[in-house]
Amino acid sequence: MKRSRRKFLKIAGISALGIGAKPIIDGLAASVPSGETAEPQVQRKPEALTAKHWAMVIDTTRFKSREDFEPLIEACHSIHNVPDLKNKNHEIKWIWEEGYKHAFPTLENPYFEEQIKDLPFLVLCNHCENPPCVRACPTKATFKRESDGIVLMDFHRCIGCRFCMAACPYGARSFNFRDPRPFIKKTNLKFPTRMKGVVEKCNFCAERLAVGQLPACVEASNGAIIFGDLADPDSNVRKIISTRYTIRRKIYLGTAPSVYYIV
Amino acid sequence: MPKNKTMYNQGIIIAGMAVFIVLATFPFWYNLGKAAPAPERVLTAQAKAAKECILSAELMRTEHMQMLNEWRDMVVRDAARLYVSASGKPFEMSLSNTCLDCHSNKTEFCDRCHNYAAVDPYCWDCHIDNPKEIK
Amino acid sequence: MLELAIKGSKKYYGWMTLLLAGIGAGFIFYLWQYNFGLGITGMSRDVSWGFYIAQFTFLVGVAASAVMVVLPYYLHNYKAFGRITILGEFLAVASVTMCILFIFVDLGQPMRVVNVILYPTPNSVLFWDMIVLNGYLFLNIIVGWKVLEAERNGIAPPTWVKPLIYLSIPWAVSIHTVTAFLYCGLPGRGFWLTAILAPRFLASAFAAGPAFLILLCLLIRKLTKFDPGREQIQALAKIVTYGIIVNVFFLLCEVFVVFYSQIPEHMDHMTYLFFGLHGHGVLVPWMWTSVGLMLLAIVLLVNPVTRQNESVLAVACLAVFAGTWIDKGLGMISGGFVPSPLHHVNEYVPTIPEIIITLGVYATGFLILTALFKIAVSIKEEIAA
Repeated sequence: MKRSRRKFLKIAGISALGIGAKPIIDGLAASVPSGETAEPQVQRKPEALTAKHWAMVIDTTRFKSREDFEPLIEACHSIHNVPDLKNKNHEIKWIWEEGYKHAFPTLENPYFEEQIKDLPFLVLCNHCENPPCVRACPTKATFKRESDGIVLMDFHRCIGCRFCMAACPYGARSFNFRDPRPFIKKTNLKFPTRMKGVVEKCNFCAERLAVGQLPACVEASNGAIIFGDLADPDSNVRKIISTRYTIRRKIYLGTAPSVYYIV
Repeated sequence: MPKNKTMYNQGIIIAGMAVFIVLATFPFWYNLGKAAPAPERVLTAQAKAAKECILSAELMRTEHMQMLNEWRDMVVRDAARLYVSASGKPFEMSLSNTCLDCHSNKTEFCDRCHNYAAVDPYCWDCHIDNPKEIK
Repeated sequence: MLELAIKGSKKYYGWMTLLLAGIGAGFIFYLWQYNFGLGITGMSRDVSWGFYIAQFTFLVGVAASAVMVVLPYYLHNYKAFGRITILGEFLAVASVTMCILFIFVDLGQPMRVVNVILYPTPNSVLFWDMIVLNGYLFLNIIVGWKVLEAERNGIAPPTWVKPLIYLSIPWAVSIHTVTAFLYCGLPGRGFWLTAILAPRFLASAFAAGPAFLILLCLLIRKLTKFDPGREQIQALAKIVTYGIIVNVFFLLCEVFVVFYSQIPEHMDHMTYLFFGLHGHGVLVPWMWTSVGLMLLAIVLLVNPVTRQNESVLAVACLAVFAGTWIDKGLGMISGGFVPSPLHHVNEYVPTIPEIIITLGVYATGFLILTALFKIAVSIKEEIAA
């Protein structure tokens, strides 16, 4: 009795495998496309801006108060459908202002004049050359694009584990604790929203660069922010960084941030 | 091993199996003769005028899911946004801005087949659907 | 052998039904969380990991502690532990299952969890964590099952089980080391960026796990005909003693380093936990209670008179478990995130739905633990008869 039951199960298992093999093989065969005459091609748009290593230089002397930053923040958040959540715990921000002692906690000076102590600084994702968030992500949903050094999010792949948020030394990342759509003031139809459960952050306006436009905050800054290719010795950013004194946030951590601040 | 192969609880087991078979085949015998017809998709004037899509209509029907998956990897991860089809026609690779630009009647085009096949793609959680889907 | 888990006394059925009710409640609240998003928890942009990940971290420790029963028996021939290795291994199975469940309920997009396998990323510690946790789960299930089955049939287990047992010993250490590596490699989090984090995790694991095992053994002795043995419990008690002493010593090392060096990036987190920072200090009473419990446990455990008194030992084990739970399950996560990298203080307190989901996962773990222990104990009773 025992032996024949075992035999029955063995034969049933092998038959299941055999019968199941056909649809799999059919499926594999079908994914090979039937020959079309010419091969479709995928390429960059001819007007796209390209660089080996995008970087940003923010001239902080051009900004006097919090209000000066508002058009920049508004430009970024509106075209990217960043929701405006009232609950501060769930807030999503790609670019915002912080006082000096929060943006640069290790460079505090208690004897600064009052106005300098709390001087507002624009903070955003630094698109580090050595990003800890990319090291941490278990699915490569956050990744550094080899072609231009931008640290991007693939919202389709993100599993919402928030390891990248723990890894980021700059607090640049936000998580969608709930569906963001009800909180978007005015949807920009040209750019997707995100769904609940994924992490998001500044993307250096990769979608604008691809069609030949500068990032929204750069455009709204009236020249206070310079955006260019750090790998190109003749670029605007290289010229500024080589001549003027700039600081970056927490460089002692070895992240090599790409956002410089002229102070 | 018992000499006579008696089946214990015979009544209950056979009755239970009968109930199970009836329940498990419910979708088949309940819908006998009531097969829903294949959905009719409406093309917008713009789509009709364009004549040509990314791939042929048959390929789009079977492959548009895979194609969109490949597109998203190429746009997001490889920074490539321009698709030149086999016949040389250029398209910007964007679900909301290219596909839905021509097929701007989502409820009469996309949703017809999706609802018929009981498929609920979560693409619309993020990519703006136009007009907003009525479930 | 599974049929042994389905039959039991009225109390057994009552306990299992209670657990099922807990699982049901947790599941319903989880459906709410799945529908709404993680916004129903107390987590925030600044404290982006909370109760779920804290429980996961604590339970990995409890799971790893199975090695403290396996190692003396298989590597050093400490025959007495032969009675209870199965209990340690089954406790590990239940704990690792809870760990995996806690990670699952914490994900923002749980349906995409397969992406971790589809897109393997060796530079991510979470990838390795998934591998070692699942591997350890299978190891313990297979080893425990095979050894128990062989014991029931009065024969030696098949020879291929031995190498798996030997493998499970370093693997147990690895699961908790990898979990510690999740935290201690992140450059922006001064509280976690310490080489002693992995050793501290292991020390508190080897205190909390065997302490819980002792409590379970005392419970088994009371409720069933199987007596795990006085000698076994005393040996475990000695392991707990050393574990908790080393844990407190490591904590003092950390305290010294941060407060003597006075580096704000490292010190501010300890200050927040034990004294409050900028007027925020919701965890302060908890942390001091934890320290008090651990010190009380040390006093009770070091003294052989109190350690050998099993009632006092039970109290000491509860103190160890509670103290290490607060330390790892509450303090460690909040401490790492507060203050934030921008030096803001936003506190974290779990919400009621979060706690109910947590209890649901714990109920699942206890269900598995009870069922497995029922099987093991029934077989031991069978053999003794």
